[in-house]
Amino acid sequence: MKILVCISKTPDTTAKIAFTDNNTKFAQDGVQWIINPYDEWYALVRAVELKEKDPSTVLHLVTVGGADTEPIIRKALALGGDEAIRINADSQDSFYIASQIAELARSGGYDLVFTGKETIDYNGSSIGGMVAELLDLPYVSLATKFDLNGGTATITREIEGGEEVNEAALPLVVSCQKGMAEQRIPNMKGIMGARTKPLKVQEPVATDALTSVAGFELPPAKAGVKLVQADNAAELIRLLHEEAKVI
Amino acid sequence: MSVLIFIDQADGHIKKASLEVLSYGAKVAEQLGTTAEGLVLGTVTEDLAALGKYGVKKIHQVSNETLNHFDAQVYTGVIAEAVSAAGADVIIFSNNVDGKALAPRLAARLKAGLVSGAVALPETSNGFVVKKSVFSGKAFAKVAINAAVKIISLNPNSYPITAGEGSAEVATLNATVGASRVKVISVNKVTGDVPLSEAEVVVSGGRGLKGPENWHLVEDLAKALGAATACSRPVADVHWRPHHEHVGQTGLAIAPNLYIAIGISGAIQHLAGVNRSKVIVVINKDPEAPFFKAADYGIVGDAFEVVPQLIAAAKKVKGIA
Ligand SMILES: Cc1cc2nc3c(=O)[nH]c(=O)nc-3n(C[C@H](O)[C@H](O)[C@H](O)COP(=O)(O)OP(=O)(O)OC[C@H]3O[C@@H](n4cnc5c(N)ncnc54)[C@H](O)[C@@H]3O)c2cc1C
Repeated sequence: MKILVCISKTPDTTAKIAFTDNNTKFAQDGVQWIINPYDEWYALVRAVELKEKDPSTVLHLVTVGGADTEPIIRKALALGGDEAIRINADSQDSFYIASQIAELARSGGYDLVFTGKETIDYNGSSIGGMVAELLDLPYVSLATKFDLNGGTATITREIEGGEEVNEAALPLVVSCQKGMAEQRIPNMKGIMGARTKPLKVQEPVATDALTSVAGFELPPAKAGVKLVQADNAAELIRLLHEEAKVI
Repeated sequence: MSVLIFIDQADGHIKKASLEVLSYGAKVAEQLGTTAEGLVLGTVTEDLAALGKYGVKKIHQVSNETLNHFDAQVYTGVIAEAVSAAGADVIIFSNNVDGKALAPRLAARLKAGLVSGAVALPETSNGFVVKKSVFSGKAFAKVAINAAVKIISLNPNSYPITAGEGSAEVATLNATVGASRVKVISVNKVTGDVPLSEAEVVVSGGRGLKGPENWHLVEDLAKALGAATACSRPVADVHWRPHHEHVGQTGLAIAPNLYIAIGISGAIQHLAGVNRSKVIVVINKDPEAPFFKAADYGIVGDAFEVVPQLIAAAKKVKGIA
C-alpha cells in the first residue's frame, strides 16, 4: 500500500494578519509558520496510524513550494512517513498546485491520497477535489473517520446536519477533518530520524495558473461594543429588535 | 454564453443556500448582460418553475434516480454536460458541503478558474475579480480569474435572497449518468428544527455554562428566538453537546444575522468560525473576555442571572406567552 499525504505551510493560527506592498502581499514579519493543522493533525496522523497498523505501507509526503517550506516538511517527517517530495514551485493557484500533486500521484502509483479539508490561509477546500478529478478517482470529502479492510475503505463523512458512512475501493482521494485522528507531538526519535529521511526536490510540470490574487482587504473595524447593564437585560432584546433589527 | 447555477437539494427539498445562489447568479447574469439558468439533479418534490422568481429563465433537470445520492464524481460528469448544453461560461455553486466537493472537481475538468468562498458579486469592469474570505475570516482576498470558464462558490449567508416575479421553463436534460464508485452504507441526520448552517439566528454556549444540565438556558433562548443552537469546542470535546454543534476553526463556520455567545471567551479559533456573523452579542461575566472586542452588543454579567431575563423579554417580543 502506498499513501501520499499533501502538506502545506500556513501562518500560525494566532498570526497577526496584515498586508504590505499596497495590500498585495501578506506581511510575513514575525509570522511563525506551521504545517496546516488539517494536514498535520488529521491527514498525516491518520496515515501514520495506518502505517503503524500495516508496516508494509509506504508513506510519502508532498508539498508544493520553495525551499522555505523545508523546515515544515521536515517537521511533518518527524511525525512519521518514509520520504518527502517537494515540488519546487511557488503558486497560490489551487489548480496549479493540484496539477503538480496529480502528476506526482500518477507516476507514483499511490493507492490513497490524503489532504486536509482546507488550508487555514486560503480556505479553498479545493486541492482534494481537483486532484481526484485530474486522476479520475472517487473523492470523499470532509472525512471524520477512515478505516481500511484490504483494498476497501470505510469512510465517515460530514453531510449537512449529520454524517454518512461510505464504502469505496482504493485508489481514492480523501479530505480529512476533525475526528480522523488525535494531534501528536513529534518525539525525539522522530525528530532525529527525520533529519536523515529523504527529502526529494522535483521540478514542476508546465501548467497555467487560472487565478491570481489581485489584492487583500481587512474587514472594516468594528464600531465597538454597546454594553447593556446586567440588571436590565430586556433592554438588549429591545435593541436587537428595534435598532439592529435582527430579531 | 450564460450563467449556470447549481441548485442543491436534499431529500427532494431545495436548500436555502440554493435560493441564495439563484439570487446571486441572476445578478451576475445581469451584470454580464446574459441569462441565468439553473440545474437540478435528482428527484425534487418542489415546484421548479416557481424558482423563476429568483431570476432564472430556464431550469435543466436530470431526474435520474442514481442522482438522489450525492457522488462528487458522478455529479461532475453530469454538470459538465449541462454546462455545454447551457453554453455556460460562469458556473455558480454554494460553498456548502456539496459545493466544496463539486466546484473544484468541475474546475479541474473544465480547466476553469475557481474562487471558492466568495462573499460578494464579481467586479467585471476590469477583468473578472471575485472577493473571497481568507485567513479564516480575518481578511478578504480579491481573486482575478484568468480563464475563459469561471466558477464561483458562494459562502452561505453572503448574499440576500431576492425574489421577484416570473417562472422558469423546466427542461429535461438527458445526460449520461456514470456509475458511482462510492457506496453509501448509512446516513445519520440530526433533525433539528433549524439546521445550524442555514440558521439566521444562533444561540451558542461555552464552558461558562458549567455543565450540560444548564443547557436549557441556551435552548430556551434559542426556542424563543426561533434560533439554532451551537457551542464552543471544549463543550463538544467533553460531550456536553454533540460535535455537529461545535463552531469555530475546527468546527462549522457560520454567518448568521445574529450570533449570541453565552459564557464563551472568544478565543481566536472560536472567532474564526463566527466572525462573519452580521451582529454579535456576547454575555460573559469577565469584562476582559476577548469576545467583547468582536461584539456589537454585550452584557458583562452572570449568564445564570442574565439569560432568564433575556428569555422572558424575547418571548414578549415574539409574542410567545
Ligand atoms: C488549533 C485550534 C483549533 C481550535 N478550534 C476551536 C473551534 O473550532 N471552536 C472553539 O470554540 N474553540 C476552538 N479551539 C479552542 C479555543 O482556543 C478555546 O479554548 C475555546 O474556544 C474556549 O471555549 P470557551 O470559551 O467555551 O471556554 P473558556 O475558555 O473556558 O471560557 C469560558 C468563558 O465563560 C465565562 N464564564 C464563566 N462563567 C460564566 C458565567 N456564569 N456567566 C457568564 N460567563 C461565564 C468566562 O469568563 C470565560 O470567558 C481551538 C484551539 C486550537 C489550538
